[in-house]
Amino acid sequence: MNITQILFWFLSVVAIFSALMVITSKNPVYSVLWLIVTFFAISGHYILLNAQFLAIVNIIIYAGAIMVLFLFVIMLMNLNKETEPQKNRWLKMAGAVAGGCLLLVLVAALKDTDIKQQQALVNEGSIGLIKNLGKELFTTYVVPFEICSILFLSAMVGAVVIGKKE
Amino acid sequence: MPINYYIFLALALFCIGIVGVLTRRNAIIIFMCIELMLNAVNLLLVAFSKMHYLKNVAADSATTAGTDAQLFVFFIMVVAAAEVSVGLAIIVMMYRNIHSVDVNFLNRLKH
Repeated sequence: MNITQILFWFLSVVAIFSALMVITSKNPVYSVLWLIVTFFAISGHYILLNAQFLAIVNIIIYAGAIMVLFLFVIMLMNLNKETEPQKNRWLKMAGAVAGGCLLLVLVAALKDTDIKQQQALVNEGSIGLIKNLGKELFTTYVVPFEICSILFLSAMVGAVVIGKKE
Repeated sequence: MPINYYIFLALALFCIGIVGVLTRRNAIIIFMCIELMLNAVNLLLVAFSKMHYLKNVAADSATTAGTDAQLFVFFIMVVAAAEVSVGLAIIVMMYRNIHSVDVNFLNRLKH
């Protein structure tokens, strides 16, 4: 078992454990903090796959911007106490069983696909570096990239309009 | 790494997100679970991108196959950021009107 495999298993266990903690924590602030741990684990996976640009963007956008926004809203609403009313026990169990059944069906369906002999190249390969991605982004994908700026502008205007007091 | 490890890891994260959406009542936590599901899909797209690259790199060592998937992930992140800003504004408005973020109070369409 070489270092790559050890890192893969470690990051996978961290990601799944912290994802489970996100949905089981009673306090919303702890949920946000565990979600940040999940995002860091996923960024670690990106680094392992040599997708360095996405790893950095994932940390900056998700763990940096989006999670701070979540924390800010939770603090603003003063929800950082364990007062969330719980769904009743049967409804919770039904949700867990439904999700487990979906997992079971998908795993059973994908267990014997042809693709499972394929390997994902870890540690090397230069397509995830910013040079290649930037070149592609500003030639082939330049129109979607510009449309993104309009999307952000409209999202910003929408958020201000919705959040404004009458 | 074999690609099916990544498939099963992404599936596990996605299903944890679904269980969270189904079992929690706090709108913010439901929203966070949606982010978790988006990230599971992103991870799988990057893994498939590197798989596609490995398949093509044997024939041509300067290939850029698989770049598209990583740019898709980039655009998914862009859309997720826009979605979060609008979604949190909606949650703040909902809190201002009904003084709670419990999704079970949002049942006016039922009556």
